[in-house]
Amino acid sequence: MSASAVHSLWTMAADPIEKIDAPKIEYGQLSPTLIVIGAAILGILIEAFVPRRSRYYAQVFLSAVALAAAFAAVVGLAAGGYATTKAGIAAMGAIAVDGPALFLQGTILLAGLLGVFTFAERRLDPVAHGNRVDSFAAQAASVPGSDSEKAAVKAGFTTTEVFPLLLFAIGGMLIFPAANDLLTLFIALEVLSLPLYLLCALARRKRLVSQEAAVKYFLLGAFASAFTLFGIALLYGYAGSVSYATIAQVVDGTVQNVTPALADTMGNDALLLVGTAMLVMGLLFKVGAVPFHMWTPDVYQGAPTPVTGFMAAATKVAAFGALLRVLYVVLPGLRWDWRPVMWAVAIVTMLAGAIVAITQTDIKRLLAYSSIAHAGFILAGVIAASPEGVSSVLFYLGAYSFVTIGAFAVVTLVRDAGGEATHLSKWAGLGRRSPLVAAVFAVFLLAFAGIPLTSGFAGKFAVFKAAAEGGAGAIVVIGVISSAIAAFFYIRVIVLMFFSEPRPEGPTVAVPSPLTTTAIAVGVAVTVVLGVAPQYFLDLASQAGVFVR
Amino acid sequence: MNPVNYLYLAALLFTIGATGVLIRRNAIVLFMCVELMLNACNLALVAFSRMHGNLDGQIIAFFVMVVAAAEVVVGLAIIVSLFRSRHSASVDDASLMKL
Repeated sequence: MSASAVHSLWTMAADPIEKIDAPKIEYGQLSPTLIVIGAAILGILIEAFVPRRSRYYAQVFLSAVALAAAFAAVVGLAAGGYATTKAGIAAMGAIAVDGPALFLQGTILLAGLLGVFTFAERRLDPVAHGNRVDSFAAQAASVPGSDSEKAAVKAGFTTTEVFPLLLFAIGGMLIFPAANDLLTLFIALEVLSLPLYLLCALARRKRLVSQEAAVKYFLLGAFASAFTLFGIALLYGYAGSVSYATIAQVVDGTVQNVTPALADTMGNDALLLVGTAMLVMGLLFKVGAVPFHMWTPDVYQGAPTPVTGFMAAATKVAAFGALLRVLYVVLPGLRWDWRPVMWAVAIVTMLAGAIVAITQTDIKRLLAYSSIAHAGFILAGVIAASPEGVSSVLFYLGAYSFVTIGAFAVVTLVRDAGGEATHLSKWAGLGRRSPLVAAVFAVFLLAFAGIPLTSGFAGKFAVFKAAAEGGAGAIVVIGVISSAIAAFFYIRVIVLMFFSEPRPEGPTVAVPSPLTTTAIAVGVAVTVVLGVAPQYFLDLASQAGVFVR
Repeated sequence: MNPVNYLYLAALLFTIGATGVLIRRNAIVLFMCVELMLNACNLALVAFSRMHGNLDGQIIAFFVMVVAAAEVVVGLAIIVSLFRSRHSASVDDASLMKL
């Protein structure tokens, strides 16, 4: 390494310090993220200054308005051509504003808006001491079953902090698929994860299980992000830069002005391969792909159901966005190395998710394993490494997130004395008792199974077609087989609901407020529309399917 | 001294941390091992920064410190609430959801 390079690292106090130019920030192009994060900070101020009884209304209003405004900003940017012709890189190379980023941000914001509706639901739990209560603990700090918890419930406390936490998580998710350097990627990963860890611990009923889920999610999540970070360090060591474009150039060998240090590390494939493996491992953890899926069933089961629904939908969208960008923008030159590995991961994920789901007896765990299987189907589209692959993954993510939020919203409705009745045996005969709810849930299950005329079929068809054209025919065969296995347990639940006798002490179906009704209705509407007339949205996804570098 | 030696140290610390997460049982100790892994990452970043003669790695190390501090706040809150309701911070006892 040259002497001047070392000596530029420090300066004598007497020397004039080199002038640092103020960074140029494109506020307009970053407005969706800025609106959401700004609203989250306002939400914290509301917690501090607004009287307790009006906090809930202020928070729900602020969150809903902020998410709607951010969605409008995304639509405005896309209409202004930022998704296609004017796609570019903002914030000094940190954030990409392009088609996939805007498409996924729009999806995350809509999922987040439905998430706010399910979070705000207060009609499902029985009235406690004259107060309507939501799914979150009266006071998270009080020990379950203690006097202080009883006092908090009696005083009508509610954890309205969930709304700012949700907004912070959404803020991180908006940056995650748009991150254009490894530092931004890591920060976005943490900003989206930390609020989710807390949200998992906040259930009102079954608090021990909820806390246990949070500990598991936190420890495994922190473990995975440490791996991601070490991968980032190794890639930085390999390329001498964290910018996606520069790393891609170094991988391709087209980089200009090679310093002696870079020439030294560029030749070291171990840095590149190990770094890539660790980085992709962290992203696959967030996606919930086998063999990094161990947290999924426990966390999905233990977390409050509205949180599970939001997390299952939006985290997957954000993480697949980041995975696509890393593989397609940073590492296309390494595709002969990562494709075989992703093949194996996709195959194992599809099969393991579908097969283990058959043995489940808890509806939330069943949906968790189903989400693992779906991660495998989406990975089939990722492997295609073609423009069709990108657009099919975008479409699948959009379709899947609405089905998931709707399905988990239905799970919150079926209740008995202990809260939500999640054991499958309690769902027997639900179709006789409340045909509408059972029919809606059946629509979601059919969409998960990928039956024609639902969005699940259009999505699966798109990813498998892209995978087959990308030369991954074997994956398609295995994908269809595991879809068939998965269809078995979805249909089994439908049969259980409609063709078995209701049990006398079975659960009741709570009548929700317009909030949850809206979430479920939007879920059904999107599922049917994307199933019956998917072409417009497929075109939208394929227009948005080009990354900027 | 050759900065590559710091990379060996970083890899060693990372491995110790990862092994600790896998074999220890107390949630707090697990958490400390994760922090050790993050610090190993910092060491690697700073060593690479010295090798390449640019500041990116050192800047990232600052960000990682802030992230680690935020993680401590969230993590300890969750672990302490688990400990207060169960009087145990062992991750083996947290098995209500086992089939």
